[in-house]
Amino acid sequence: MHEMSLTRSMVGIIEGQAATHGFQRVSRVRLEIGELSCVDPEALTFCFDAATRDTVAEGATLAILTVPGQAWCRDCDMAVPIGQRGEPCPRCGDYRLQIRAGDEIRIKDLEVD
Amino acid sequence: MCVTCGCGDATGQATTIDGRAMAGHHHHHHPETPGDTRLIRLEQDLLGKNNTLAAANRRLFRDRETFVVNLVSSPGSGKTSLLVRTAEDLKARFPVAVIEGDQQTSLDAQRLRDAGVPAVQINTGRVCHLDAHMIGHAVEDLDFSSRGVLFIENVGNLVCPAEFDLGEDHKVVVMSVTEGEDKPLKYPHMFAAADLMLLNKIDLLPHVSFDVERCTESARRANPDIDVIELSATTGAGLPRWYDWIARGVGRVTAASDQEDSVLHADG
Repeated sequence: MHEMSLTRSMVGIIEGQAATHGFQRVSRVRLEIGELSCVDPEALTFCFDAATRDTVAEGATLAILTVPGQAWCRDCDMAVPIGQRGEPCPRCGDYRLQIRAGDEIRIKDLEVD
Repeated sequence: MCVTCGCGDATGQATTIDGRAMAGHHHHHHPETPGDTRLIRLEQDLLGKNNTLAAANRRLFRDRETFVVNLVSSPGSGKTSLLVRTAEDLKARFPVAVIEGDQQTSLDAQRLRDAGVPAVQINTGRVCHLDAHMIGHAVEDLDFSSRGVLFIENVGNLVCPAEFDLGEDHKVVVMSVTEGEDKPLKYPHMFAAADLMLLNKIDLLPHVSFDVERCTESARRANPDIDVIELSATTGAGLPRWYDWIARGVGRVTAASDQEDSVLHADG
């Protein structure tokens, strides 16, 4: 359940922003989670409700945007889409792929008042 | 609870180092000021804080000329037995120290201290992985000499430790022939994060149905560049290759440091 650690880290970032920008309440947090990352959106949402209690983000909506996975295939010499780690290149079937995108775990933005 | 790293947790999940509470951060409460609804763009990595602390650990390890290996595996792979034997066999060649991570008990660190190896125990409480902040505090309590190797034995878990950089040179994943050979495909993040897979307990191969080639192929699907060493911590088979891998790492770290020194001296 490293989602709890990630959620605490998220609350830390949000509280830091509240100190800088002086807002009282967060109404929406948008996250970008890569589909190849090791994060379960459902677990993250569950932890978010617990971790934001008594903070400026209590009651905020958590919106999760999925970033598609992309890898570089050495054989095809081009970027190819992949849905999971350990999957072959959809063009040539080779497994020697380098992940280029899809492992993000990022706060995109905050909607605050 | 410390919201940035989970230390000083008020809910009884506090991480301890050798049984003592880890130093926490100070929490500030800021006055609220009213404003309109607006959007604040962040584009900030949730692991950013951990990564910053990991970079600080890495600088410390470079200053101390220490090669650092983060050992990860599922529970029961024989990681601790392998580590005890490795530390005993290598301590005459160069300094060896260990940071042990477990949810509870200091049994593993004690096992290493009994073997004459400096060791510090991190108990993570309910946390399922070590993070860079815990390591930063643990090294304060660990007397490790330079020009050697520091092993970090992570919590037995093939999922969560994959995401957390501790400032190590390499993650090394330990797997044993008593596990399923498809494990690298079931837990691909960990095998993708590791540079070396140690296939342990090969002395048991005659007694189990385990296809070494299929396991290696699974690991390479998750990570085409992963190295594989087959070994047995019980019989000692394959250990020289593992020790050479470590010695090369120690050599790289000390050579880089010597080169830096000579540049500094040349600059005057």
